Amino acid sequence: MATEVHMHGRIGESIKRKEDGRFIRGKGNYLDDIELPGMLHMAILRSPHAHARISSVDTAAASGMPGVIAVVTGELMAQHKLAWMPTLSYDTQAVLATDKVRFQGQEVAAVIAESKYQAEDARDAIMVDYDVLPAVISPQQAKEAGAALIRDDKENQKDNHIYHWEAGDQETTKAAFAKADKVVRLHTFYPRCHPAPLETCGCIADVNGATGKATIYMTSQAPHAIRTVFALVTGLPEQNIRVISPDIGGGFGNKVPVYPGYVVATAASLLIGRPVKWVEDRTENLISTGFARDFHMTGDLAVDKDGKMLALRVHLDSDNGAFFADAQPTKFKAGLFHIVTGSYDIPTAHVTADGYYTNKAPGGVAYRCSFRVTEASYLIERLVTNAAIELGMDQAEFRMKNFIQPEQFPYHSATGWVYDSGDYPKAMNVALEQLGYDELRKDVKARRKKGEVTGIGIASFTEVVGAGHGAEFDILGLRMFDSAELRVHPTGKAILRMGTKSQGQGHETTFAQIVTEELGIPAADVAVEEGDTDTAPYGLGTYASRSTPVAGAATAMVARKLRDKGRKIAAHLLEAAEEDLEWESGRFYVKGSPDKAKTIQEIAFAAYTNIPDGMEAGLEGVHYYDPPNMTYPFGTYAVVIDIDKGTGQVKVRRVVAVDDCGVRINPMIVEGQIHGGLAEGYGIAFMELITFDPEGNCIGSNFIDYLLPTAWETPRFELGETVTPSPHHPLGAKGVGESPTVGSPAAYVNAVMDALAPYGVTNIDMPVTSDKVWAALRAAGVNE
Amino acid sequence: MKVTLTVNGSDRSGDVEPRVLLVDFLRTNLRLTGTHVGCDTSSCGACTVLIEGEPVKSCTVLAVQATGRSITTVEGLAQGANLSPIQIGFHEEHGLQCGFCTPGMMLVGTSLLERNPNPTEDEIRWAISGNICRCTGYMNIVKAIKHAAMLREAATATTREKAGAAPGGQ
Ligand code: FES
Ligand code: FES
Repeated sequence: MATEVHMHGRIGESIKRKEDGRFIRGKGNYLDDIELPGMLHMAILRSPHAHARISSVDTAAASGMPGVIAVVTGELMAQHKLAWMPTLSYDTQAVLATDKVRFQGQEVAAVIAESKYQAEDARDAIMVDYDVLPAVISPQQAKEAGAALIRDDKENQKDNHIYHWEAGDQETTKAAFAKADKVVRLHTFYPRCHPAPLETCGCIADVNGATGKATIYMTSQAPHAIRTVFALVTGLPEQNIRVISPDIGGGFGNKVPVYPGYVVATAASLLIGRPVKWVEDRTENLISTGFARDFHMTGDLAVDKDGKMLALRVHLDSDNGAFFADAQPTKFKAGLFHIVTGSYDIPTAHVTADGYYTNKAPGGVAYRCSFRVTEASYLIERLVTNAAIELGMDQAEFRMKNFIQPEQFPYHSATGWVYDSGDYPKAMNVALEQLGYDELRKDVKARRKKGEVTGIGIASFTEVVGAGHGAEFDILGLRMFDSAELRVHPTGKAILRMGTKSQGQGHETTFAQIVTEELGIPAADVAVEEGDTDTAPYGLGTYASRSTPVAGAATAMVARKLRDKGRKIAAHLLEAAEEDLEWESGRFYVKGSPDKAKTIQEIAFAAYTNIPDGMEAGLEGVHYYDPPNMTYPFGTYAVVIDIDKGTGQVKVRRVVAVDDCGVRINPMIVEGQIHGGLAEGYGIAFMELITFDPEGNCIGSNFIDYLLPTAWETPRFELGETVTPSPHHPLGAKGVGESPTVGSPAAYVNAVMDALAPYGVTNIDMPVTSDKVWAALRAAGVNE
Repeated sequence: MKVTLTVNGSDRSGDVEPRVLLVDFLRTNLRLTGTHVGCDTSSCGACTVLIEGEPVKSCTVLAVQATGRSITTVEGLAQGANLSPIQIGFHEEHGLQCGFCTPGMMLVGTSLLERNPNPTEDEIRWAISGNICRCTGYMNIVKAIKHAAMLREAATATTREKAGAAPGGQ
């Protein structure tokens, strides 16, 4: 009897990735690799000005150039009621400008031509006359009396203020502050940066005039939601829209929004009747698509004389750019920023936020982050380190004293979150041990005595990922569930389809392993498919570390459904009662006689060949999973740095990262994710900056100005782990992709602050570049 | 203008405008799409190919400049079904996530190992510092290249052994 089972690839096994084969052969299928018959190319003309009225757009010369099929202007789009589109934050955004341009790089017109070179040539021949207006480049300027009004297109908009938002309790917070022995304040700016995935954004719109079917290939992290948004924006019936996300070359949040280029390419394909490809170049990517952060934050932490935290008050001014196009759940105007009490048992807190329009690119996305958790985590972790320094306490000890304790979970935070699980002291202890903290502290002392500038930074972050629950979390009304459809074929092989979309996270492997664990089919026998809205079940997509918490749970649930059916089939095959069967490692056996068994493969075959009377044939199912709560991964990161007094250069000596993301499905993939996030966190802390000159010119519009870490600067990482399973996730998993970008910037900067504490420095805004450090040291009397 | 060159061992030619970049020629004319474009300032290395064995960013070279040269792209790394040591290294050590930087990284790694069969971590990091990866944090790319070095070393040892064992072989 074939009862032997091979379950290669169960949860916890670091199996090699199933998707690697095509990529290492150069046979990935990224958007720009797709070539359709008769395909045209689109190039977008963008505004050179940050703020200007358009007086004329002359397309005559461009239209006559070789290979040009059409020139699309805002006026033409307006004739089709497509000059504006809704944003993910219930605002509007110009598709092609008609009245004004509101940021440098804004889409003004587009050329569709036979080749990319021809489209770009003709784009440069479009003549636009602008009347330049004063530019507003910060929230501080935006709120000044007499500031230029950016959104004069909106009837009731009389100033540049977008929203005011609050969480927590103002009164109790005020009362707690009144009783505080000490209040520590930190004002810090988390500057604008950009996810900059190595592949830029793009699409190919292929509208078939004969059938009316619009197939849109798109670098999208959320193809299903995009399909619905497209149906609403264009009025096309949703069954006639097929969005296909092919292989994606990194996303990090940048590929969540709907960009004007997608809409224009689709409209152009509809009008011309041929496929139209648009792939932005790097400059377009950096100056016009979803940026991140740009939060000006002030935090006040009230403590008593024993170093116990009493209350937290936070205000932030958010720079949202020219259109409020943040990608975030509807109810929350500043994302999930109110997780700002972090890992600490702070009895009361009050958070206020104001958003402002500026003449900068729109679309605040979460750069490897769950909706603004990164900014929150950065603020509280910086504030805590500063407070420890000010109190003369050790950073680690101050944290230990104020951590939410393991027995307090589920923990109700002062701003309304219910943390599912955690053991913060444990993660801290593992990190300190791995680092050799006590020894290092002594070493720091000794080095300082010798005049060296050196420091240790700690950050003990708490993340909140895996949105929904759908009743609390929705995007444009779409509840944030996710889905999995599993079909087991007669030969016992399977295909799993999900509503998410990998951008490098290794879904084809990780999710196959969940099927292995739950159903006993080896991971190698499970094909995983995502990204085609015609074949995959509906889902909200991959961002905010939600794939494993939500679609991963859906996968486990659908596999369990099939297992339940499998039990019935096995009972039929074994002529036993269902309750007499035991499930173990991919087979059902009769209790007490382990030789009487049927493997999942035999059961699958029977599902198509030999089922009990009255049973539906086949072995397939679908599950839509709406999580009961978010998951709360956490960890402690510790960084050791040395500063060159002469140049201000910061050299990272060690990075220890202890993550608790609950149960790890494929530890190799989890660690790869952590490495990547720690490198991006390093970039954010020390290198990456999108800034603007007073005219609103974007500085940071290419990889010469916008610096990304290479292998040379990037530190070596030492990882550690603790495992606190999520109590509500079917597998106990929590999601991990973003923890390292959420947690690490504060750890890096805290190390610098620790090093500079003897010089009285309490803040340097990121990126912490050599010149800023040098200036701070000089101001403190060093190097004079 | 006519371009004639050798790509992955085969003679290829095409008619292009003088301004056409080598990367566009490879991707569009030859449909070798494993060579990627990640920037417009010669900064990212996603477009790296080997010209006469040396890594070159193919977005900084005109197709016509490559006339008469021998080019290796990622598609030329494997010999039929046999993956090259660098490809095996990247798979075994999880040296890739989204895969977009991978062709460039593997080609730089290949050329490094030709010059320096047993590089140190610093030498590897320096060699790939013209190539950006946004996903991996480089840790496993370094391991992947080391893994490839080990495989090459093992292969050379076996060849040596075989040569030594062959009758009359020296
Ligand atoms: S595309 Fe050639 S270096 Fe970036
Ligand atoms: S694997 Fe994605 S850029 Fe390197």
